[in-house]
Amino acid sequence: MTTNTAPQVGDPAVRPGIEGFLQVKDLRVHFPTDDGVVKSVDGLSFNLERGETLGIVGESGSGKSVTSLSIMGLHAPGTARISGQVVLKGDKLIGASPEHVRRLRGKNMAMIFQDPLSAMHPFYTVGHQIIEAYRVHNNVSKKVARKHAVDMLERVGIPQPDQRVDEYPHQFSGGMRQRAMIAMALSCDPELLIADEPTTALDVTVQAQILDLIRDLQQEFNSAVIIITHDLGVVAELADDILVMYAGRAVEYATAHEIFTAPQHPYTWGLLGSMPRLDRERTERLKPIQGTPPSLINVPSGCPFHPRCTYAQLTGGASETDRPDFVEISDRHFLACHLPTQDRRRVWETDIKPSL
Amino acid sequence: MLTYIIRRLIGAVILLFIVSAVVFSIFFLVPRLGGASDDDLASRYVGKSAGQEQIHQTAVKLGFTDPLYVQYGRFAKGIVLGQEYNYGPTTEHCPAPCLGYSFLTQNPVLPDLLDRLPVTLSLAVGAAVLWLVFGVATGVISALRRGSWLDRSTMTVALAGVSLPIFFTGLLSLSIFSYGLGWTAPGGANPMEATSPLDWAYRMILPWITLAFLFAAAYARLTRAGMLETMNEDYIRTARAKGLRERDVVIRHGLRAALTPIVTIFGLDLGLLLGGAILTETTFSLPGLGQYAVQAINNNDLPKVLGVTLLGATFIIMANLIVDLAYAVVDPRVRTR
Repeated sequence: MTTNTAPQVGDPAVRPGIEGFLQVKDLRVHFPTDDGVVKSVDGLSFNLERGETLGIVGESGSGKSVTSLSIMGLHAPGTARISGQVVLKGDKLIGASPEHVRRLRGKNMAMIFQDPLSAMHPFYTVGHQIIEAYRVHNNVSKKVARKHAVDMLERVGIPQPDQRVDEYPHQFSGGMRQRAMIAMALSCDPELLIADEPTTALDVTVQAQILDLIRDLQQEFNSAVIIITHDLGVVAELADDILVMYAGRAVEYATAHEIFTAPQHPYTWGLLGSMPRLDRERTERLKPIQGTPPSLINVPSGCPFHPRCTYAQLTGGASETDRPDFVEISDRHFLACHLPTQDRRRVWETDIKPSL
Repeated sequence: MLTYIIRRLIGAVILLFIVSAVVFSIFFLVPRLGGASDDDLASRYVGKSAGQEQIHQTAVKLGFTDPLYVQYGRFAKGIVLGQEYNYGPTTEHCPAPCLGYSFLTQNPVLPDLLDRLPVTLSLAVGAAVLWLVFGVATGVISALRRGSWLDRSTMTVALAGVSLPIFFTGLLSLSIFSYGLGWTAPGGANPMEATSPLDWAYRMILPWITLAFLFAAAYARLTRAGMLETMNEDYIRTARAKGLRERDVVIRHGLRAALTPIVTIFGLDLGLLLGGAILTETTFSLPGLGQYAVQAINNNDLPKVLGVTLLGATFIIMANLIVDLAYAVVDPRVRTR
């Protein structure tokens, strides 16, 4: 499929001087349905190096998970129209044969899913599932693979791994199950690890442990990690860079530090305001974003966030008609917003920052 | 696990006695409630010209003059301990488990049943293999090609298979393939008289296909529904994310999960068929348990009817038990609960 929109200005993917390990350029994932074309991802670009962690943040339906599934090549053939480029270590994944992408899956890129209970097969032991993942890509005997599975379970912090390897997923607790899932994903030492809401289904007490584990393992394996979440707290813990998505597009991209200290997009302000703060008065702890996420079939004209944006009137009507370009406003800080720079800075300093 | 099996076996025995009591009352109590006397019952088992005296003697000999609970007690005791019968000129011993003697032929029932069981077994097992292989395979393919012409046409054939009665498909296939084209054996070919395994298959192929068609249709629909559900599960996505070949994803992960309910139904269906595939055996004139049951009912030969019913019930109860045990093997979540 050819795209008829102009290439975006200032893609993070074309950061000068860096040969990307994972490059995503103008990724579009559209699902034709009876009601119209669902534009789940519509022109997304980013870049990721080994050893780095990228957090992709957004509400439900912003295209986060669809992005990860299209990098992995996991959309069922015939259901999605995918265009753009996904390049892993110089290997173009979109347009490659399914068999080629299959051989990379699990070995070069692996994924951790949200709910480890439903993501593991209920009828096979945890060990069997790890052994299976290892033996797809490594021609070793069952005995060697089993030893490897036990080692992996030990590495992700499962006690008595030589016994638990023969247990079924339902015999594990939620946190242990997610550890086993991570062990399975890392069994072939992948260079790219995508974690799709890895802690959402877990107890709060376990969440931090799992995030610590992912960080430790990333340092040990020097892998590139994409963390997909709606929870800014999770990426604050882990990510080097954060990509904020809205309606299938990137609206802000910056280092994690910058996103938390000097965010520039009204939607990012809204996400920050949605994090509960215990040190505020009860009525001020939560500041929800008004409205609901937009339909991905009839995406609002201009800036897709304008119907929910408190500051839309400051753009002089531009946000309702023109789609804002995604431009680099300062070093490694990209933004798609019509608000004039001085208004943005003023609103952030006077309205938003004091209330967070 | 062992205590569970023992508990289930004891339960099965109790259940069988309840079944025997119920069946016994249906055949021996209900006619009396309808107003028939001992002699009326006995009159069916003597010649047409028999006099009143002879009929009464027969009633005494068959035990109809005793109270019903004594009759049932005698029958139950026969099953457990064996029994002496003196219908004919001499007294004969019927060893346990004794299902009684035919009122008409004075043959013990159990050896009759055991004679006919291999025929029914041939039919049921052969058909089961066919319908399991073809039903599950078409179900899987249909589910994977959902909405394609292949899916729609196989599901239409499956609907026909479920709807068409055996005596229609059976007679139609006999007239075409046996009497018309001469490819298969004509009706009434006893598989127990086969001279070689090939001859056995030649005799049985048409009954197998006819019976399997009915079941394969149901299994195809069941498998298709199960596969459509499991192939959308998260663990299928995980299996693909691991880089498994699509064939392994479908068979080892998808079908493995979809097979669980099929194992249950399969056990029960097979148990049911072992008690006699009445329509198929009648259509193809196969001397199996189903045909035996039909003849016994037509002749009002109560011990035979009772015997074949009890044997069928035994198969169903055993199949139930095996299915429950198999479930623990198939689904590990059942084991630990």
